Formats: sequence, C-alpha cells, structure tokens
Amino acid sequence: MDLHYLDATPTEAERAAVDALLGSPEGGNGLDPGTVHGHGDAHNGGHPNGSGPFPAHGAAHGNGSAHGNGTRDGRDMLLPALHAVHDRIGWISQGALNHICRQLSVPPADAYGVASFYALFALRPRPSRVLHVCTDLACKANGSSELCDRLEQSFGPAGTAVDGMTWQHSPCLGACERAPAALAFEAGDPARTQLLAPAGTDEIEESARSGPADADREPPARESVPQAGDPELRLLHRVGVVDPDSLDDYRAHGGYIALRNALRAGPAEVIKQVTDAKLMGRGGAAFPTGRKWDSTASQPVRPHYLVCNADESEPGTFKDRILMEGDPFSVIESMTIAGFATGCAKGYLYIRGEYPRATRRLANAIAQARERGFLGRSIMGHEGVDFDIEIRRGAGAYICGEETALFNSIEGYRGEPRSKPPLPVEEGLFGKPTVVNNVETLVNVPLILIEGGEAYARIGTERSTGTRLFCLSGTVARPGLYEVPFGTTLRELLDLAGGVPEERTLRAVLLGGAAGGFVRPGELDLPLTMEGAQEAGTTLGSGVVLVFDDTVNLPAMLLRIASFFRDESCGQCVPCRVGTVRQEEALQRMAGGKAPPDGDDLALLREVGQVMRDSSICGLGQTAWNAVESAIDRLGTLSKGGPA
Amino acid sequence: MTVVDLGLPRRLVDVTLDGETVSVPEGSTILDACTAVGTSIPTLCYGDTLRPANACRVCMVEVEGSRTLVPSCSRKVTEGMVVRTDSERTRHSRKLVLELLGSSADLSTTPHVAEWMEQYQAKPERFGPPDPPADDHDERPPGEHEEPDGTTAATVQQPAKVDNDLYVRDYGKCILCYKCVDACGEQWQNTFAIAVAGRGFDARISTEFANPLPDSECVYCGNCIEVCPTGALSFKKEFDMRAEGSWDESRQQQTTTVCTFCGVGCNLTLHTQDNEIVRVTSPHDHSVGHGNLCIKGRFGWEHMQDSRRPAEESTEPTTGQA
Ligand SMILES: Cc1cc2nc3c(=O)[nH]c(=O)nc-3n(C[C@H](O)[C@H](O)[C@H](O)COP(=O)(O)O)c2cc1C
Ligand code: SF4
Ligand code: SF4
Ligand code: SF4
Ligand code: FES
Ligand code: FES
Repeated sequence: MDLHYLDATPTEAERAAVDALLGSPEGGNGLDPGTVHGHGDAHNGGHPNGSGPFPAHGAAHGNGSAHGNGTRDGRDMLLPALHAVHDRIGWISQGALNHICRQLSVPPADAYGVASFYALFALRPRPSRVLHVCTDLACKANGSSELCDRLEQSFGPAGTAVDGMTWQHSPCLGACERAPAALAFEAGDPARTQLLAPAGTDEIEESARSGPADADREPPARESVPQAGDPELRLLHRVGVVDPDSLDDYRAHGGYIALRNALRAGPAEVIKQVTDAKLMGRGGAAFPTGRKWDSTASQPVRPHYLVCNADESEPGTFKDRILMEGDPFSVIESMTIAGFATGCAKGYLYIRGEYPRATRRLANAIAQARERGFLGRSIMGHEGVDFDIEIRRGAGAYICGEETALFNSIEGYRGEPRSKPPLPVEEGLFGKPTVVNNVETLVNVPLILIEGGEAYARIGTERSTGTRLFCLSGTVARPGLYEVPFGTTLRELLDLAGGVPEERTLRAVLLGGAAGGFVRPGELDLPLTMEGAQEAGTTLGSGVVLVFDDTVNLPAMLLRIASFFRDESCGQCVPCRVGTVRQEEALQRMAGGKAPPDGDDLALLREVGQVMRDSSICGLGQTAWNAVESAIDRLGTLSKGGPA
Repeated sequence: MTVVDLGLPRRLVDVTLDGETVSVPEGSTILDACTAVGTSIPTLCYGDTLRPANACRVCMVEVEGSRTLVPSCSRKVTEGMVVRTDSERTRHSRKLVLELLGSSADLSTTPHVAEWMEQYQAKPERFGPPDPPADDHDERPPGEHEEPDGTTAATVQQPAKVDNDLYVRDYGKCILCYKCVDACGEQWQNTFAIAVAGRGFDARISTEFANPLPDSECVYCGNCIEVCPTGALSFKKEFDMRAEGSWDESRQQQTTTVCTFCGVGCNLTLHTQDNEIVRVTSPHDHSVGHGNLCIKGRFGWEHMQDSRRPAEESTEPTTGQA
C-alpha cells in the first residue's frame, strides 16, 4: 500500500496529544507495526498515566497489553488517537488527522470517514467548552425544554459559538433517573467533564459560562438506587455500600471469591454452571449465555477475544452505568471469569464516550487488579492463566452497541454492522472467535459461581431465571435502578417506584426502550419475563421502564423516537437509511395535521415499517418502527378520533 | 450458468427455488442459483468483480426459517434451502426499496431502474415533492438533523462536483452502494482516495475533509467509474454531452482492443459516438485487469484524441475508431 498524505501539518499541541498516546515518530515508536505487535511497551511513550479524566488508555498501555494480537498495523489505535486530539484541542483539524494517519499508516480519506461517523467529534473549529443537553425521552418528560430555552436566550440557538463555548442537543445521556441531564465538556490537558443531573436552569447557565467543575461532585451512585442496602439485592448488593475505588473493600464484601471458585473448577465446569443457571443475555437479544460461551470455547482458531459491551445507548437505559460506577471491580472480576472460561487472553471493555466517571472508576479498578495479581499473568497465582483488559471509549454512536459494529469501531473502522453469518463466535473481533456480553449479563456470573447454577436457576421463573435490573424513569415518583426477580409484575415494579406523582394518572409505559413497545395502563399485571413480554407483543430489551403520565405529550415522544433512529442509523442499508427519514416525515405530517401526499400516512408508515423490519441489515433498522407501531396500535396515538 | 468456476470439481447442493429443485455447486450464492435457472432478480450494489456490500437490499428474497428476508447476492446456498423470490413479502420489500431510493436520489441514469419501478409498481413520488438540491451535504454532522415538517421528502440532490478535466462526481445520483470505495481501496486499486463519510441519511462518498479531487490521493484510474451502477460517476465527456443534450447511446459503438501504453495487456472497450471516443470501459471477465485500468488506458485517449485532431495521424492507442 503506497499511501499519500495531506500537506497539512499538526500544531505542536496536536502533535503532543497524538504522540503522548502513540509514541513520537522520532523515538521510533508506533511506526513499525513489527515493533507494535505483541509488546505494548512500545507505546508507553510518556503517556500521562492516570492524569486525565480518561486514563483508560494510559492505564491499559502501561501494562504491555496495548494491542490485540490480531491487530493490523495499529489501525485499532485510530479511535483512541482521535479521542486524544479531541480531548486536548476540542476538534480535529486536517493537520491533526494527517499526523495520526502517518503514525498509523491509515489512508486520510478512511480516517476522515471514521472521524465523521461519531457525534462527539468535531471536524471544524469548535470552542473547547461544549455543553451537551439531553433532549431525549426521560429528559423531555422532565423539563429539558426549559433548559434549552434558557441556553437559547443566553447564548443563542444550539450550535452557536459564543464566549469560548457552545451548546448542543444530545441523545439520552444514560442519566435518566436524574433527568433532565446535561454533560459539560472542556477540552484541555487534561480534558474535564461533568454530568449535571438533575440540571437546573441557573446551574446550567453557570456551567456554560465557567466550564465543568470537578466531576466527583456528582452525587454518589447509591442515590440512583432507591433499594440500596436492602439485603435481598443480588446484582446491586454492593452498590452504595462499598468504596468503588478500593479493591480491599471489594474483597471485604465477597469480591474475587467467584474467580477463585472458577479457577479451581476449570473452564468446562464454569460453562456448565452458567448453562445450568439458564442465564440469558441482558443486552437486548436474550441469547443463552452458556451456549454462547460453549461455542466460543470450542473454536480451534486462536486467539479468542472477550468483549464487554458497555455502550449502553438505548434511550432510557442507565443500569450498566450504575453497576460500573457503584461496583466496578465486579465488572472486572466477571470479565476475568468469562475470559478464563472461553479461552480468551484479552478482553475489551467498550464503554460509551458519555460515561467519564464510569470510565475513570473502571480504569482504576483494572490498574489495581493488575497490581495485585487479579489481572495479567498467572492470575491469582494460577500458572498459565493470563488475562488482561483494555478499555475502549466510544464517541457518540448508538449503533456501536450492536456487537459487530462494535468490532469495527474497536478495529478503527466505521461503526457499521457486519452481515451475519458469520457469527461473532466464529469470526468476531479482528476476525477471531469472540464472546460479547452485556455488563449486567456478566455481573450475574459471580453469583452463579458462588451459589451454583441450579440454585441460581431457582430464582425467577422457569424460562427467565435470576433477577433483572429495571431502569425506571419518566414521570415516576422515585426514579432509579431497581432489581427484582423475573416474574415480578409491572404493577409491583411501578409500586416500588412510587407510581406516578400524586394527582396524576398513568398514560403509558414504554418497555424496552426506543426499540421496545408501549404498554397500556390496563396491562400492568404483565409478568416481567422474557416470555411474558413477548406474549404481550413487546420486549424487556435493556430493562427500560419509561413512565408517562397524563401531562406528557405522547406524539412529541414518538417524534423524538423517530428522530433518534434517523440520527443513529449508520446509513449502510437503504431500508433503514431512507426508511427512518420517511418515517419521521410521515409522523411529522400526522402530528402537524398536514395533508398526506399519498392519501394515507398511516398506511405509508406501515409499508415503510415493514421493509425496515424485513430487509434492514441489523437490529436498529429492524426495530425502528416497533415503538411507533405499538403507540399507534395500542394507545391510539395520532389516530383520527383517538387521544392525541 | 454464471456460477464462479473455481476450476475444481465441487459438491452439488440441492435447493428449492420458487418450488423447483435446483442443483448448484457448493459455495454458490442464491443469486448465482437464480441466474443459473433464468430467474432474474434486481441488483444494484452487487458487483461481479467485488465482494458483496449487502447495502442496497433490492435483491432480498425469502428463505424458509429466516426471520428476516436475506440478500440473495451474498447469501450462500445450503443443502435443502427453500427460497422464494417472488412472494408478496419480497415484492413489497423490492417495491419499497426502489421507492425509498427513487425518492431520495436521481436514478435517471441508472440502467434497468425504470423497468423495475414499473414491474413492482413503485411510486417514489408518494413520499411528497422532493427537496431541492442543497450544497451543504458534505458538512452535515452525524447525530443531528434539521427537523422536517413532512411537506417535502429529503433527498441527496446537490450540485455535481466538477473539479478536474477527467471525470465528474454527481452525488445527487449516488445510492451509496460502496462499489467505488471498494474499487478504489483494498479490493483493486489500493489508492484509498475516497471513503464513506458522515452517518445515516447524511452518509456520503468523500475524500478527506471533502477536499477537491486534485487535492486528494486520486490517481485517476477511473476504476470507480467502471463499477458505479448509477452514473453518479462519469467521464467529463459524457457529463458535458449529456448537459448539451448530444449524448445518444443508440448511436454509439463499442470496440474492444488491447491497450498499447504498456506491456501488461489490459483490454479496453472504446465507446464511440460519431467517430469520437466518449467513454472507455474494460471487460470485467478479462483475466488481466478484471475491468480495472490505469489513467493511461482509461483517459489516455483524451490526450491522443485532442492532440491528434489537427494532424489526424497516429492510430494508437485508439485503433478501435479507425
Ligand atoms: C442497535 C443496537 C444497539 C445495541 N446496543 C447494545 C448496548 O448498548 N449494550 C449491549 O449490551 N448490547 C447492545 N446490543 C445488543 C448486542 O448486539 C449484543 O446482542 C449483546 O451485547 C450481547 O450480550 P448479551 O448476550 O450479554 O446480552 C445492541 C444491539 C443493537 C441492534
Ligand atoms: S439497519 Fe440501519 S444501522 Fe443497521 S446496518 Fe442498516 S443502516 Fe446501519
Ligand atoms: S479514479 Fe481511481 S484513484 Fe481516483 S477515486 Fe476513482 S478509483 Fe480511486
Ligand atoms: S458514486 Fe456510484 S459507485 Fe460510488 S457509492 Fe455512489 S452510486 Fe455507488
Ligand atoms: S439522560 Fe436524558 S433521556 Fe436519558
Ligand atoms: S444487490 Fe444484494 S444487497 Fe445490493
């Protein structure tokens, strides 16, 4: 490959940001793929380990595990390098991109295609201070428009650059239990971030003027878990109880007993226990975890990879964030067990870019675990048991939660889903057999290894075993993360959260998120199980329970859902790329009382919905019409004569 | 039949196509099998010299046991597979895909599309009057868009990019089939001058930072033009002739000859209208280039033709029009 580069040169600051991550060309680091593979020390060129808000890469690099064995010429460092520039400067110039491309031997047009895929990156000059204001479902139901009004009055419409800052609308920030939410970002060395939630109008104006304050002023994770401290809790039993930054405290609360059991039992026995437990994936598709592990473990091709999916961008979902912030070591221990069972020496934890605090906590947990022999070589003294974890940060793309899009994102390509077959267990990350599991799925594993698969399976129902995390938000008295056994009814869950505020009536519940479906107030006896939800024509999805009372403008919610899918479509296939646009246009006409060009917009919507469902490549397009369809069919939203 | 011949005897696989049992070599796609028995299926992003991109979804068929429809251009047949190419579900999908494409891009120079639209009774205009051309497509950021009111249908209409003498990029006709990117990149040319940029409906083919072609890595091999199924990429000559209304394929002839610029032996097909070369393609089944050429083979005639015109002497390399 004979690559040509732009004439543009980087500024000193841009060069420094890239070289801190990749090593400087003069030092000979990062240029020759031969020196990069296998020994990550090559990249350790003076990265300020742990000093920024995102020490993840530095931490991972410091241990010589920077590169997956399957990487090609370091292309997988493209996304981290783009982050490095963006964190330091606030936008990515031609010169900076060119410098990255030379360092990694990536064609500039390709790198531009990748950088322009992610919503968090700016490719034209932008002020270093940016305020991302969530205008998604839960925040819309809790006054995000007032925040936007205030910002518009004070600083002009979204996107205006004024006084060294700008603000913009954001999809769900994964902080819906504290809606309305905003994320303040300020580029620099180090970059700073702060989640403002709930955000008041004065507070948000102040933050826009002075930039993010110390992020640790955010309320502790336990404030998001109303049941915190309840001895019945299983997945959440340490959240709000342990010090999330202390390995010792984690161990004092039962941490690393499960890994010890696993190492004694051996990989086959671990997989058997997980299979006996009938653990099903919590990331949305509810696939049996034991089966997935077994098919990966038995693949002769090496290496195998483990990916922990912490992209969590389904609107209304915040469970994984709370697990990672409140009990980060359990995520690391669970990944280690999964890696051991499936024959992976390397695990990637892919976390959405909007989760700085969780990223920091996890990076700290990884560093401590490594230092104390719970990661790295000969784990817990077991000769030959090697496993390490690298964190990769997303950059604002819901689609990167789709497992094959996630592989492309890690590898340094556009986050476009791949065609299946082949399945990830055969050809996944870097073309190798790969296990992908959601954060919540993984943190069930230590429970199984402590009490045994059969005992675990006795909780919940016959087919939906164990407990499930539900993210309650919207117009509910006590929003937050709740843990209940499968089989609990929706009514019981809503009661736990205090129902809708006094003097108001329940209008609808969105179950499963934007890709899920609406449930009517008359259907609250629905048992929360995979099969119960399926029978009711919806899904538990990622555990979203978005509650809407009679003050909520439901058509506005539908418009937001349609707008979300249009924004988040990767654009690869026609049914989704154009279908999501036509869906939004038709809904806008219906909501605005405009004449349908084809006589009947509802019929048009159904036709477009059908082709998205039948012919889209991935789950995004295939489900983009679900919630809209259920609102129209079950709630009568937007129908003539029905409730508006 | 157009099953790729690997030169080795291959096991045969029995599949049922629209009720009839067909035996095709293992490794064939459903599309291969359909072609073998004369069942025609529309394709757009499929390319005979490229790996399937699976992007356009116009070729979807129904396979028993599959929750969704499957792309026939890439899905390999398996023993006992039951395929329906003309069920109501596949017809609906094809109709809608054609409508979605036709309502968003200018398909006036895409071969076969008019026929297919009629066959499937597709009416792209039913989504409303198309948005007029806009010149900000290259700058649209991912993850946000201006809220529509539904009175017009969003399109990719935009002014053609005429930034060099050899070829024109008219992305208002682009269906984002990925073929040009694949031909320019690792599958053939290894130049990587263009890539898909942006996201969602605003995804587009672009050089880095949307720089003009002369400031990009493009080496003007024209292999992207060769594979473009829509006419979004075309020779400047063709673009100009279409603009002045003189382009007329019924008056064109094609002659295939060996390129004489070097010793590699690429085949050139010269398209002439009124004794003038108006386009150069290359046969995809030719063992040397598989449809790919370099700047000399693809565009050298322009130079020869222009410099020769006053003197009318040399016959190389444009022997075809002699
Ligand atoms: C558009 C889309 C977005 C997704 N986002 C996520 C996500 O953020 N987190 C997640 O765990 N799974 C997500 N998934 C599901 C993953 O593809 C995959 O099924 C899951 O991570 C497997 O883990 P599990 O078996 O533990 O559930 C998404 C799927 C689609 C189609
Ligand atoms: S369905 Fe949508 S998100 Fe998925 S591949 Fe197609 S365009 Fe991309
Ligand atoms: S002419 Fe050749 S080098 Fe230029 S964009 Fe097309 S394929 Fe790439
Ligand atoms: S320019 Fe042509 S080849 Fe390239 S993506 Fe568009 S339609 Fe396909
Ligand atoms: S944080 Fe705003 S909707 Fe989730
Ligand atoms: S031709 Fe099969 S998906 Fe485009």
